[in-house]
Amino acid sequence: MRLKREDLIFALLALATLASGWLGEGAALQGQHLGTLAMLAVLGLSGIKGAMIALDYMELRHAPAIWRRAVMGWLMVVLGVVALASLVSTG
Amino acid sequence: MVWLLVLAELLTFGLLFASFAVARRLQPGMFAQGQAELSLSTGVLNTLLLVAGSWAAVRAVRSFEADRRVAGARWLLAALAGAVGFLVVKSHEFLGKVQAGFDWATNTFTLLYTLLTGFHYLHVLVGAIVFAVLWHKARQGAYSQSDHMGPISGAVFWHMVDLLWMVLFPLVYVIR
Repeated sequence: MRLKREDLIFALLALATLASGWLGEGAALQGQHLGTLAMLAVLGLSGIKGAMIALDYMELRHAPAIWRRAVMGWLMVVLGVVALASLVSTG
Repeated sequence: MVWLLVLAELLTFGLLFASFAVARRLQPGMFAQGQAELSLSTGVLNTLLLVAGSWAAVRAVRSFEADRRVAGARWLLAALAGAVGFLVVKSHEFLGKVQAGFDWATNTFTLLYTLLTGFHYLHVLVGAIVFAVLWHKARQGAYSQSDHMGPISGAVFWHMVDLLWMVLFPLVYVIR
């Protein structure tokens, strides 16, 4: 059976999820806050996962630009707000 | 039409995400205590179930595009399994919290946690019902290469539920 693009995307989504869990588990086990770099890495992974879902699974890559920009813009703004608020609280 | 629903949902959840992030900044001790009681591994498992559901939904649409109707129905059943799996795991999490005396009105964390995860849970429930209906109709031969708008719309809704979780998961379960 030939591997399709959506199969590869699923594998990447699963791997990125496990990586986020691994980053978070270290801090959780030690009862500490997630460090700044790890926090940015987790949010970066979420951005990549969100982009793959929006562009490939929702097929926004080939949709009118206004829909693509709206969804991608939402993702970037929300993750940006989370990063900013978390940086201020931990910094 | 489904895209207008998607945008409305993204904006609503966006406000809740921002509220959670800002409230945590203002009350870090309260949120640290609340988040410490959440299971990260449960969050990881639920994320995997959601993305598996999305993958199955895409495969279902691709199958109908190729006029492989039986395969399309099977992939819809697989997507339904992902949704039901999420609901089972999440229900177990909620039940454990209730048994431990969890009260949604205790403080800002419990309120926002309940709103975010509860609202998202209801969306997963709707997604599961949609997949069940689509699967039932697909088994009756309702979808073909030229007519499969139902599965396409159902898949888009599910991907939106998945996309929302991509922010909810790190915000509530990982970043502490």
